[in-house]
Amino acid sequence: MNKHVQPALDTSPKVSDEIRQTTCYMCACRCGINVHMKDGQVAYIEGNRDHPVNKGVLCAKGSAGIMQVNAPSRLKSPLKRVGPRGSGEFEEISWDEALEIAGGHLGRIRESDPKKLAFFTGRDQSQSFTGFWAQSYGTPNYAAHGGFCSVNMAAAGIYTMGGAFWEFGQPDWDRAKLFMIFGVAEDHDSNPIKMGLGKLKKRGAKIIGVNPIRSGYNAIADEWVGITPGTDGLFILALVHELMKAGKVDLNYLSQFTNAPVLLNEDPDSPENGLFLRDKDGKPLVIDRATGKQVAFDKKGITPDLAGHFRKGGVTYRTVFQHMADRYLSDEYAPDAVADRCGIPADTIKRIAAELAHTAFNEAFELPIEWTDFRGNKHKSMPGRPVSFHAMRGISAHANGFQTARALHVLQILLGSVETPGGFRFKPPYPKPAEAHPKPHAGAQPGKPLDGPHLGYPQGPDDLLLDDVGNAKRIDKAFTWENPLSAHGLMHMVISNAYAGDPYKIDTLFMYMANMSWNSSMNTSGVIKMLTDTDDNGDYVIPNIIYSDAYSSEMVAYADLVLPDTTYLERHDCISLLDRPICEADAMADSIRWPVIEPDRNVRPFQSVLVDLGARLGLPGFVNDDGSAKYQDYADYIVNHERRPGVGPLAGFRGENGDQAGRGDVNPNQMQAYIDNGGFFEEHIPTEASYYKPWNAAYQDWAVKMGLFDAPQPYLFQLYVEPMRKFQLAAEGHGTQQPPEHLRQQVRQKMDPLPIWYPSAEEGADEYPIHALTQRPMAMYHSWGTQNAWLRQLHGKNPLYVPTKVWTENGFQDGDWARVTSPHGSIVVPVALQAALNPDTVWTWNAIGKRKGTWALGQDAPEATEGFLLNHLIHELMPPKGDGLRWNNSDPVTGQAAWFDLRVKIDKCDPPAEAQPAFPEIKSPVGRGPQNLTWKVGK
Amino acid sequence: MTQLPSSTTRKLGLVIDLDTCVGCHACVISCKGWNTENYGAPLSDMDAYGGDPSGTFLNRVHTYEMQPEQGGAAQTVHFPKSCLHCEDAPCVTVCPTGASYKRVEDGIVLVNESNCIGCGLCAWSCPYGARELDRAEGVMKKCTLCVDRIYNENLPEVDRIPSCVRTCPAGARSFGDLGDPDSDVSQLVAARGGYDLMPELGTKPVNKYLPPRPKDTTDAIDILAPFLEPVAEEATGFIGWLDRALDALPASPKKGSN
Repeated sequence: MNKHVQPALDTSPKVSDEIRQTTCYMCACRCGINVHMKDGQVAYIEGNRDHPVNKGVLCAKGSAGIMQVNAPSRLKSPLKRVGPRGSGEFEEISWDEALEIAGGHLGRIRESDPKKLAFFTGRDQSQSFTGFWAQSYGTPNYAAHGGFCSVNMAAAGIYTMGGAFWEFGQPDWDRAKLFMIFGVAEDHDSNPIKMGLGKLKKRGAKIIGVNPIRSGYNAIADEWVGITPGTDGLFILALVHELMKAGKVDLNYLSQFTNAPVLLNEDPDSPENGLFLRDKDGKPLVIDRATGKQVAFDKKGITPDLAGHFRKGGVTYRTVFQHMADRYLSDEYAPDAVADRCGIPADTIKRIAAELAHTAFNEAFELPIEWTDFRGNKHKSMPGRPVSFHAMRGISAHANGFQTARALHVLQILLGSVETPGGFRFKPPYPKPAEAHPKPHAGAQPGKPLDGPHLGYPQGPDDLLLDDVGNAKRIDKAFTWENPLSAHGLMHMVISNAYAGDPYKIDTLFMYMANMSWNSSMNTSGVIKMLTDTDDNGDYVIPNIIYSDAYSSEMVAYADLVLPDTTYLERHDCISLLDRPICEADAMADSIRWPVIEPDRNVRPFQSVLVDLGARLGLPGFVNDDGSAKYQDYADYIVNHERRPGVGPLAGFRGENGDQAGRGDVNPNQMQAYIDNGGFFEEHIPTEASYYKPWNAAYQDWAVKMGLFDAPQPYLFQLYVEPMRKFQLAAEGHGTQQPPEHLRQQVRQKMDPLPIWYPSAEEGADEYPIHALTQRPMAMYHSWGTQNAWLRQLHGKNPLYVPTKVWTENGFQDGDWARVTSPHGSIVVPVALQAALNPDTVWTWNAIGKRKGTWALGQDAPEATEGFLLNHLIHELMPPKGDGLRWNNSDPVTGQAAWFDLRVKIDKCDPPAEAQPAFPEIKSPVGRGPQNLTWKVGK
Repeated sequence: MTQLPSSTTRKLGLVIDLDTCVGCHACVISCKGWNTENYGAPLSDMDAYGGDPSGTFLNRVHTYEMQPEQGGAAQTVHFPKSCLHCEDAPCVTVCPTGASYKRVEDGIVLVNESNCIGCGLCAWSCPYGARELDRAEGVMKKCTLCVDRIYNENLPEVDRIPSCVRTCPAGARSFGDLGDPDSDVSQLVAARGGYDLMPELGTKPVNKYLPPRPKDTTDAIDILAPFLEPVAEEATGFIGWLDRALDALPASPKKGSN
């Protein structure tokens, strides 16, 4: 027997030589990180406790960053294709040669026809910069990945209430007592939601998870509503029905802060039918309940009448609220009418409505904060409604997603729980109404910049991007009658349209960080063919492809020229208030990345490459008057660029002495000031401005002072979206700009100015009875590189998870495989049982499946042998309907890719050697990773 | 065979809240990162980019499905598991070299890697499967409760906690002295009915788990929030109600004039 002996142990070893604080980029959450350095190398990464986003915590991806910056899949040098597209045959070339090739194509196109460049930037966190570059270049064809991600969420929120979830706002985690989370897989956004859920749990608040899959956040929800995919809007409108019918809506809030009391023209023959009654200044009119008179909505001291109505010149005018009552009190939306379709018992819907009402109104409270509203009325306190909501792609990635997201916002507003204590809170620069955003622009001329920003929020048919004969001006057909409000563009249609030459042919496809030949495209096999197909002359149908990525992704092999990017620890970046900021409800904030390590390869940050190309091409904004380069690199741009006088990419440490926030002159030492401050800047919102922001004079004034906007812009929440009605009127035959005949009916139905629900996947419901979904695991959500040596050990395989009903019907057993068939194609994949699942839904982890030869993985990597994509089953076009047309598999309002409308059938089959379809191996431009890792830096 | 100390001054350990753990694996990878760089040999990864990657982890999250006995929807439980630093740790007593030991001052169970011969007896004896033999180094690895963090004077005081606790986004992990009934962690265990994992084995684990709260139960709420009653049976009645309700609002001019 060995006696108890304790060896001497150093419990205070040196942790690191130095901590360098920067911003994570392992996903889109943008947490602050402390990078511990030893001997000049990254030794350990942890969360930054002072950072507004993550306050010290860090997810699995963040901690695995060390495996990402050292990944064997990192590209090493610019590459020029020498074999056929898709072969992976490249030669390494110098940056001089690479920039000469790229500059040559781009210069030639710009001088002849700039729209022949399609520039799409995937998971770009620098869109205010890449958009500025594209605008200076002059092509109308620019967007990032929002169109295939969650534009429905963003657009519905902006049009309805001047902000949406995630980057636009957050639940009041400290005061909410009931929280409903819809369609949030394990994502959007990563750490803040987990931190918030933890807070709710500590306070004993109730969490209701609405999701067909009970994993992640839904696993810890106190109640799980396993809804049938695509029916969330119907469920929400049934809640609206119950609440309105019982009078459980916040009448004072609706009257004061929304367009519920605004009067609508009810003359069925008028071109103004359904539009607001306005005064001569264009202000919407309401009836003041005190005087019975029609007054502008913003007049001091009025009591806007929700029940107001009057008749003048033979035309009746009634309020928006009465139109809502007409629609939502209808039995069509009664719980009993929707229960079967939603897969939710009617009593559950009724009970949840009752709980919402109880919490919002019986558990209401007031914060003793005095404030003044935009009408000049003073309020002694801030009433709170402790009910909060959050939603993401699960409700938005359907062809009815825009209207569903709108319905959810209407529900929030009816409860008076937006921008009130306990409810949902905006984060600067939001709230910001749709009309304060730009309109879309596509005016391109040879050798000239574009006539305005690419993307924006149309206010009516006149803002569509159509040429004189009604053809789309953009290659992705954004802002057309097919999808009028496509505020983020349609990246998922670019390759398909470019291949078809519809609406026109392009010369060069220039992409950044978008795996379009694999998991980011619908119809993956089809897209691969489009990228490699040749015309009668043997030339590629899409003539030139330039691609930038940091890693050996599937898309690399399809580029003619590869511009290797750095990893996130080797670069400058700014997480800008001009773009997608990192603010909190109580503070405006932005942040930077800086090279905490230097690249050990011949790679350059993509944004610095764009700065270089901009100077070579002589783009306005990138050259001085004498034609010399304006910026040395991206860091130089970040510090010295001004979008408006005194307002630049970074809001902090402005002015000569670095002591100005928001507005101020360029500070040449700004980057160092950020580094010294831990990589971020934060300015707190004054207490009296902390809630009721869209109407709160103190907030509006503070926002102007901070440069978020240049004049106060208070507004009403738009329960009724008048611009949508203008599109409907056009479809009804009014105005000069009208939809083509084949789209008239669609526009009439889908552009309804009050939320509606319609089935999102009508086709093949009988033959393909099962809904098929994807989500990404928390440890890989939004991450660029699931090849990560540590993370792939958590999720290296992705079986198709099958509910008990389908499992039993098919007689499945552990280890079985199944053929999964959609109207578009079929795959053969491994299956696994999951009981906590909607009975008509199957799902898998997205983007685990890899192509052989990519990401520096071995040929036998499970990602490449058993891993699979559902993308093969999803087409960018709907199956033919017999009308001679092919309809987009997108939301008809915004063009959002309808990933989650997929319907399939399942049959047990013999296990193949590997998941089908299997693709030939691509030659790796980086070889494969080492066999074993025993990682330790320093001694 | 190796002796355990007869008692320890403190019983440092973790309290893991299964009601809050979302299964994100943040703790798993933070642990991997800290312990690859720190205490003892790095946590290796065999076939790191190949067909059967297999690395050493001191903490793993398992996911289980539960079918409630009283019926209702199946539930998903995420279950993080690492060494429980048992008071009667069989992994220590089974060790032939004295490499496995339990610290007198805080009860942490550690492996002195220089004495470990990689025989694997301790892993075999551990009923929780909480030890992993590092295949590159040939020594036994296990949770150290970040013994090189919790006393580390090179770290700010607030960071002298295990890396898994520091990183957990949902706040599902707590660290403290479970031997002190007044400590925060002991209070938490008492308040939430924290329990031992497999107590019947007599290992007396120090780590505790807080059970998931009951889910999908709605009876209690029904009393507070019964189904909503319509304000009127007919649609026209709704407008009548609206008029009356608007008059009743505090800001209503009619209310003011009455």
